Amino acid sequence: MDAIRTEALTKHYRVGFWRPRPYVALDALTIDVRQGEVFGFLGPNGAGKTTTLKLLMQLIYPTSGRAEILGRPVGDVKVRRRIGYLPENPYFYDHLTAEELLAYFASLFGYAGAERRRRVASFLDEVGIGAERRLQLRKFSKGMLQRVGIAQAIVNDPEVLFFDEPMSGLDPLGRREIRQLILRLRDRGCTVFFSSHVLSDAETLCSRVAILAGGRLVASGHLSTLLAFQVQGWELVMTGLMDAALERAKKVGQVVRATPLGPQRYALELPTTVAPDRVLSDLTAAGAQLVSLTPVRETLEDYFVRQVAEAPRDRGLEVSRSHVRR
Amino acid sequence: MYAVRHIALNVFKESVRDRVLYSLVAFAALLIGGSFLIGQLTAGSDMKIIKDLGLAAIATFGLLIAVFIGIGLVWKEVERRSIYGLLSKPVRRHEFIVGKYAGLALTLLVNVAMMTAAFYLVLAFMDTQFPENVRAIWPAPAVDPGMLRAIALIVVELLLVTALALFFSTFSSPFLSAGLTVGLWVIGHFNADLRNFEAVVDSRTAASFARALYYVLPNFAAFDIKTQVVHALPVPASYLITTTAYGLVYVALLLTGAVVIFGRRDFK
Repeated sequence: MDAIRTEALTKHYRVGFWRPRPYVALDALTIDVRQGEVFGFLGPNGAGKTTTLKLLMQLIYPTSGRAEILGRPVGDVKVRRRIGYLPENPYFYDHLTAEELLAYFASLFGYAGAERRRRVASFLDEVGIGAERRLQLRKFSKGMLQRVGIAQAIVNDPEVLFFDEPMSGLDPLGRREIRQLILRLRDRGCTVFFSSHVLSDAETLCSRVAILAGGRLVASGHLSTLLAFQVQGWELVMTGLMDAALERAKKVGQVVRATPLGPQRYALELPTTVAPDRVLSDLTAAGAQLVSLTPVRETLEDYFVRQVAEAPRDRGLEVSRSHVRR
Repeated sequence: MYAVRHIALNVFKESVRDRVLYSLVAFAALLIGGSFLIGQLTAGSDMKIIKDLGLAAIATFGLLIAVFIGIGLVWKEVERRSIYGLLSKPVRRHEFIVGKYAGLALTLLVNVAMMTAAFYLVLAFMDTQFPENVRAIWPAPAVDPGMLRAIALIVVELLLVTALALFFSTFSSPFLSAGLTVGLWVIGHFNADLRNFEAVVDSRTAASFARALYYVLPNFAAFDIKTQVVHALPVPASYLITTTAYGLVYVALLLTGAVVIFGRRDFK
């Protein structure tokens, strides 16, 4: 059973007052997220990430398609007992203290008495605001509110966690702590579905990603699979490399660029058209020694930018014209 | 069911922290100040005026709380997006609406109970200020438990006003909700004019329309028995029961409407 599954999930909004026309916020999204994985849901602003999360939380209803969490329809209250959700830029009741807010949300799961107190204390400590537990939320900074948001999302030990931009508002230290928290949750068996446009976070945390642009899914799969076929070249570090041998390699097109690292020590950039073992054998025959050989792969950022740039940009104008004609 | 309870308690806590109960201080000041002033100006009939003032103040302060908190109950949650966190928990949308309503109803009940207690304290004190011969001509004793009947119907009226405000707040802005709620409250107090509209207009259509409005719009005038209790006129128990039932049925219909509208909403 998948942790999350969507089939042709679609959401249209009607925009405009006098002549309302449809705007495609999400177009036939089909994804599946397996249990226990950290899944990155990536895309630029306005790609449809938050729309998807709201559909999964049933804060909005789909125009068509369906979505399931842990094998049940998203509207099922039994499912909500087993999930957690951190909204983007969360806001909570500012008349409450962090402790009261968490106790309130824990109560909604049926926790009471000592168990509720234990959970509140433990989860506030886990997100690093145990010392501020008795402070009213109106006095909290954005980063602290984000931590409270994460604490309320995990207060029920969820099996599936939905994080909408979890690193938003956090300083570098806070981001690292939250990354570690996500990995701890994964190690406990929790599935984490998080949307972000911070690609380094996704690269560090995710086993699989989906990239959304213009409301449409433009790529999805294992990070290693998505990026492995995009090897852009090789970086070869050699020592004891004589200038003559280097010039010869450059002349025959084996080396694109050579960056000196020290005396007779170079980082060599090889093109993808040349087999690196051939260059290596030629240079070692000339007396150089191998230090390292590394494939230069496309980063997630490169891949993301390329996918997003290639994505169609129409968000319903064509639909709207035909709609008006009708 | 615990979702309703906890949401209600949160509304009550928010009201208390937002200093809604401070209105009690204003109520007490008005009542005590007014009573002493009236005591200086009139003789014999002052107890009736004090009772009138007290009951009117309870109704007015309750109305202000019902309208001004009621109109923001749902709107604030949606506008500030705190509803995202809440509805992702095991909370059904109808539980949210019922919980919000119950929370404000609880706030009003506590408020009215405290105002009533303060009112009776003032009456008990005023009672000691008059000689026996003056008290003898009063239609009812100063500390008259019969006034609780008027207060009970004020509570039902406030419950209805709260339901109206909550209903409007599920789909409109606070400003519009306040206008609609107060507008209906005013019309509801002049409902008898709608029933007898044919006496002042010749048009049968207009008269029929006014009569239809009479039946559809809430009849707030029915909850006002202040004059009867102050003058110790009889108010049959059957009237109290039917009026309360009328109010509660209306509340149930409004909450059902609110649940239906809220249940279909997209929170963009």
